[in-house]
Amino acid sequence: MEHLADAPAPVVTCDELVIRYGDLVAVDGLSFRALSGEVVALLGPNGAGKTSTVETLEGYRKASAGSVAVLGLDPRRDHASLVPRIGVMLQRGGVYPMLGPSQVLHLFADYYDDAEDPDALVDLVGLGGVQRTPWRRLSGGEQQRLSLALALIGKPEVVFLDEPTAGVDPEGRVVVREIIAGCRQRGICVILTTHELAEAERLADRVVIIDHGRKLAEDSPAALAAGTADGSIRFTTDPGIDTGALVLAMGDSVGVDEESPGSYRLRPPPGAAIPTVVANLAGWLAERGLALGDLRTGQSLEEAYLAITGSAGTSDAPSGPGLDGRRGQRAGRRSPR
Amino acid sequence: MRPLLAQLRVEVTMIFTNGETLFLTLGIPVLFLLFFSGVHVLPTGTSHPVDFLVPGILALAVMSTAMTALGIGTGFERGYGVLKRLGTTPLGRPRLLGAKILTVIGVELVQAVVLVLVGLTLGWSPGRSGSGGVLVGVAAGVMVLGTIAFGGIGLLLAGALKPLVNLAVVNTLFVILLLLGGMLIPLAKLPGWLADLSKVLPASALADGLHASLGSGTAVSGRDWLVLGVWAIAAPMVAGLTFRWE
Repeated sequence: MEHLADAPAPVVTCDELVIRYGDLVAVDGLSFRALSGEVVALLGPNGAGKTSTVETLEGYRKASAGSVAVLGLDPRRDHASLVPRIGVMLQRGGVYPMLGPSQVLHLFADYYDDAEDPDALVDLVGLGGVQRTPWRRLSGGEQQRLSLALALIGKPEVVFLDEPTAGVDPEGRVVVREIIAGCRQRGICVILTTHELAEAERLADRVVIIDHGRKLAEDSPAALAAGTADGSIRFTTDPGIDTGALVLAMGDSVGVDEESPGSYRLRPPPGAAIPTVVANLAGWLAERGLALGDLRTGQSLEEAYLAITGSAGTSDAPSGPGLDGRRGQRAGRRSPR
Repeated sequence: MRPLLAQLRVEVTMIFTNGETLFLTLGIPVLFLLFFSGVHVLPTGTSHPVDFLVPGILALAVMSTAMTALGIGTGFERGYGVLKRLGTTPLGRPRLLGAKILTVIGVELVQAVVLVLVGLTLGWSPGRSGSGGVLVGVAAGVMVLGTIAFGGIGLLLAGALKPLVNLAVVNTLFVILLLLGGMLIPLAKLPGWLADLSKVLPASALADGLHASLGSGTAVSGRDWLVLGVWAIAAPMVAGLTFRWE
């Protein structure tokens, strides 16, 4: 098309999106983009505005302010030309309760000019053994996998998956992950929502953390984890150790907190060599005959998430260097009424 | 065309494999016809109750399919999120509605054939109470208007109420209109005020129209046409304005 080769056009654009239900502001100035072959997870607690956002991109809801575009089209105005090119998995339901997977997939296949082979898709999502079982008698995980298959039946360029792994058993999750990886390989853009960190970390190339309808952070799972990491060392030992003595032994600029009984967080001074700090810590514990349980110097996405969402509710200083710029952006926005 | 045919095939399959729907659309009308033509407990005012029953039960059949079966089915599809999900497929609302309308027409044709055959077997003589002729075309027109009116009422409720509330309301309405609609019991047997109320309902206009065209072979009254016409315009219009897809 017309865009320059070095700047791929986003497949999904969400620009300063605001969604209000009466006085309730569900989405409050949310912006993000997604490219072909990219898996973007909207991560946040229940009620964060994830489903409202996705349903606006699908054309179910109207933006109160801001704009959205999918494949360069307006999901509401260009509904008829957009729906053949997208795949949708609703958070729940959406299937005739008395029809089996095979019957529903064949029906949906007939809606599209160019559809996947329904029988192959039944096998791909592992429903071959229950292909004639009515939807209402399938397990929750089987229902989810059928919904996922229905999202893919029309060979979509973009798929929207609302909580694709909710209620899915571990084996089913592997299937879901493989299918999403397959989408990425074929250049399909995947927008999914989840409130489960582990799923976002496993599935997504990029995570957009949302709470109260606002974007708190956006990056790859690894970068998010690294971004809020403050170099803290977390360790466990006996509860109630003399943290004052430990600080004295390690040097003035070290901070030590007992975050919960027996779990400690040690903040080394900026620029300190972490191995040296760990060695000193281990030595100090050894002198006192104390055990050393868990010891970790990095940070998981979970800790990053908690750092990001935990600090979002307070108006004081940001908790990590990775968030400074984004917090600045947010400050300019109007707050919900 | 292929999406419409695929949808039609599934809609028809669901109707004819659902025991409750079959009982409602075929079982009840046929049982009523068999029972009340054999057991003369209804004040039909004729020596051949079957003459009164066949047109009345044809009206009942139209109501059971267009209002009850369509309304309850659509209400549950809405409750299960099926209608919402179909909104992001290329099927589109016109084709979904088209498939449902064709399904209703198909079921009604089956009902009409079965009821007429059963009625003839039971000794129904069309037009016996009049000149002996029947106005089949007029009866078909009355049934089409009745179908549109009751379909509109069914979709109006299905698009507004929760599935289980809708189920209860539609079934209650079905029983009330069955009793008050002149389908089994002539309106003349109702208290005056109730008969007057009933005359503005689509059920009695439909039944009366069928009694006239098939029972006595006489013209359908202007009032029946008017009542049916108003309901056939108003109910689908209000349904279209108020229908919530999710």
